[in-house]
Amino acid sequence: MSDLTSLTIAQLRDGFRAGDFTAREVAEQYNAAVASAPMLNAYTVETPEDALAAADAADKARGSGDLGSLAGIPLGIKDLFATRGVNTTAGSSILKDFKPRYESTVTDNLRKAGAGMLGKLNMDEFAMGSSNETSTYGPVISPWRRNDGGNSALAPGGSSGGSSAAVAAGLAPAATGTDTGGSIRQPAAFTGICGIKPTYGRCSRWGIVSFASSLDQAGPMAKTVRDCAIMLEAMAGFDPKDSTSLDLPVPKWEAALSGDLKGKRVGIPKEYRIDGVPADIGALWDRGIEWLRDAGAEIVEISLPHTKYALPTYYIIAPAEASSNLARYDGVRYGMRAESEGGLDAMYAATRAEGFGAEVRRRIMIGTYVLSAGFYDAYFTKAQKVRTLIKQDFTDAFGKCDLILTPTAPSAAFGLGDKTADPLSMYLNDVFAVPASLAGLPAMSVPGGLDEQGLPLGLHLIGRELDEQGVLNAGLAIEERAGFTAKPGKWW
Amino acid sequence: MSVTNEQVRHIAKLARIAMSDEEIGRLVPELNNILGWVEQLSEVNTDGVEPLTAVIPNELRLREDKVTDGDKRDDILANAPVAEHGFFAVPKVIE
Repeated sequence: MSDLTSLTIAQLRDGFRAGDFTAREVAEQYNAAVASAPMLNAYTVETPEDALAAADAADKARGSGDLGSLAGIPLGIKDLFATRGVNTTAGSSILKDFKPRYESTVTDNLRKAGAGMLGKLNMDEFAMGSSNETSTYGPVISPWRRNDGGNSALAPGGSSGGSSAAVAAGLAPAATGTDTGGSIRQPAAFTGICGIKPTYGRCSRWGIVSFASSLDQAGPMAKTVRDCAIMLEAMAGFDPKDSTSLDLPVPKWEAALSGDLKGKRVGIPKEYRIDGVPADIGALWDRGIEWLRDAGAEIVEISLPHTKYALPTYYIIAPAEASSNLARYDGVRYGMRAESEGGLDAMYAATRAEGFGAEVRRRIMIGTYVLSAGFYDAYFTKAQKVRTLIKQDFTDAFGKCDLILTPTAPSAAFGLGDKTADPLSMYLNDVFAVPASLAGLPAMSVPGGLDEQGLPLGLHLIGRELDEQGVLNAGLAIEERAGFTAKPGKWW
Repeated sequence: MSVTNEQVRHIAKLARIAMSDEEIGRLVPELNNILGWVEQLSEVNTDGVEPLTAVIPNELRLREDKVTDGDKRDDILANAPVAEHGFFAVPKVIE
């Protein structure tokens, strides 16, 4: 039997349908790959029986011709998605024994499309982090290593670090991610895979543990642009249970994929040329511009004048929403309760002190402060006004262009521990990803090449509201030209 | 604006997070560093700008006015740290 873990979703789907292999064989190979890689710390729970059950159902249904789009495909699921009867902890001690009695809409959609689950994927606690180091389970170790022979452990990015590492290491053909301020795109860039955050409202947030509700969006992380299109089609769709869900049909993104960009204008924002970004990243950006030009696009310079204010805006709005959302962890309804003396209030305070990690406590404190009496207008209202201006920047820019191309992150993967002492230096790693989040726009990272140390770098495409197709097509144009085939050498 | 030990103690109380004096002492410079950085927003002229409320235009839907989620008591209590007699149980509130 050939190595099925090297195949894409499209190849697995087509091979399974053609009878080249069974879904059970696919699930068994992936289950074995997952079981053989505990040192990457990518999975927090392994669910081999779930993957096998879905595979057997797919094998049984194969003859009938009545197959879902993901029949025979096992997936990794970020631990932020509620999965019925399977631990869902958001990487936090406060939810350590939480077993939901319900299934998130997105994972339910994936199951209805025929997908099985390989397990739950490690992540930064409550999705707050850019390196996976805030997880209560400890960091995920990236399968990638620098080519200097030093073997130092690198971050897989965050917060969807288990998802990115699992896909890059062949422990899942694809995985769900969520993106609040870059948490799909930055880890995808760090590990040489693709990831798309769709327009806010495309994927239901119901059953996804909330971080910052006006920003949170689910999306796929996969090996190729085509796989992202296939998986996003299955994840997206209107859900009456999410009040911000968009009541729109899901486009046939895969069928409409085309790397021909004739007639498209691609904007290059001058404000994204910032100091301190390695030369490799600037050079890759220039190559990306040439690739899109080669695909037929016209390149135009654009301006997004409020870019430098996006991160500080984000670090008011996201903690404010988080402090409100995380008020639900009270030691009463679900999650852990700490032993304490002194009644109900003391129990709340002890539970939250013990259950939340340092970064989550820090963000709750910032959020509580910026929402508190006397400071609300100066911080929160001010940030929401600047957010309007950031959104307006994009609206203005899309008068001159159809898509925007930037680097995904200002660095390649950094070492574990390199940025933990200074929260601000960690926050700055999302400088290119956050503006599209604040504007609710579809955005994607596609691998473009390797830096001088042999680590992957990503290119970032931002589209108009609801134009996932434009983003995917430009992603495909890059993918077709970048020829990115590098994989981490197996050391685990 | 910067925060003092006393303010941070007050925020911790509002956020219902127990904190030692030592932890508060550690947080004060950290929070001030972050707050000093977000302070740059004051450079932006936002006169006459409406705060953003919906990132993608959308209408709030109304649902039918009927109970839709009854009969789930046991599901709801299943993950409670302590549940007794069909209720959430909490430490004594009234002496």
